[in-house]
Amino acid sequence: MPVNYYIFLSVALFCIGIAGVLTRRNAIIIFMCIELMLNAVNILLVAFSKMHHLRALATDAATTVGTEAQLFVFFIMVVAAAEVTVGLAIIVMMYRNIHSVDINFLNRLKH
Amino acid sequence: MTITAILFWFLTVLALLGALMVVSSKNPVHSVLWLIVVFFALSGHYIMMNAQFLAIVNLIVYAGAIMVLFLFVIMLMNMNADSEPQKNQWLKLAGAIAGGALMLVLVAALKDTETRYRSLEGAEGNIGLIEQLGKVLFTDYVLPFEISSVLFLSAMVGAVVLGKKD
Repeated sequence: MPVNYYIFLSVALFCIGIAGVLTRRNAIIIFMCIELMLNAVNILLVAFSKMHHLRALATDAATTVGTEAQLFVFFIMVVAAAEVTVGLAIIVMMYRNIHSVDINFLNRLKH
Repeated sequence: MTITAILFWFLTVLALLGALMVVSSKNPVHSVLWLIVVFFALSGHYIMMNAQFLAIVNLIVYAGAIMVLFLFVIMLMNMNADSEPQKNQWLKLAGAIAGGALMLVLVAALKDTETRYRSLEGAEGNIGLIEQLGKVLFTDYVLPFEISSVLFLSAMVGAVVLGKKD
């Protein structure tokens, strides 16, 4: 598979995530769309990691080029897990206060 | 069509279908389940790109832990009654057009790049195995690793503080 296919898959997933953030009003679904966008970036990083590894393998059989990108994906997952905990706590708190997860109620800054 | 191509297209279609269903389902529980489908498809892609460790971590952390957290919160709020107020049609259309326009721009900008001559065929290389990743993680990247543990601790404290009833 050419790398371009993976790039387009990643772009499509990212844009679906953006469209979801823009069109939905449920805070939890918006949050899930953000997870979708994070995963689109992850698959792009892994594809480029493989690409550079294959390029480096041509000259050196024992090369470890490309490991850094996979570690980067690992750290993105770590940060996403931490983000989800705090984000869901905020959503639960918001539900407890206004009994809804509709983001249109979060317009206090306008007034 | 080789078996690799068949697998690639199957996983891609599955991921895109799942993503579309996440965005378009009315019921939040269905959205979560479709998101799990997307994560499984992406894990398949990781395995095809020789990133076995990431595939397993993706399944355990995302599909296993994070999605269960989402499901718990949704069931806690009793939102599986699909009573979500909808945005009006024009706003939805505008959002979809905005996402589509961004996709158009990105695809148009990237379709003629040099990467289209690069292929990802070939199963050689073992950088995705846990041995290789662990070596690099615990030598070159040990400081970010420790910092991420502090991040987890603060996220835990933050979740407890936010979730406390006051």
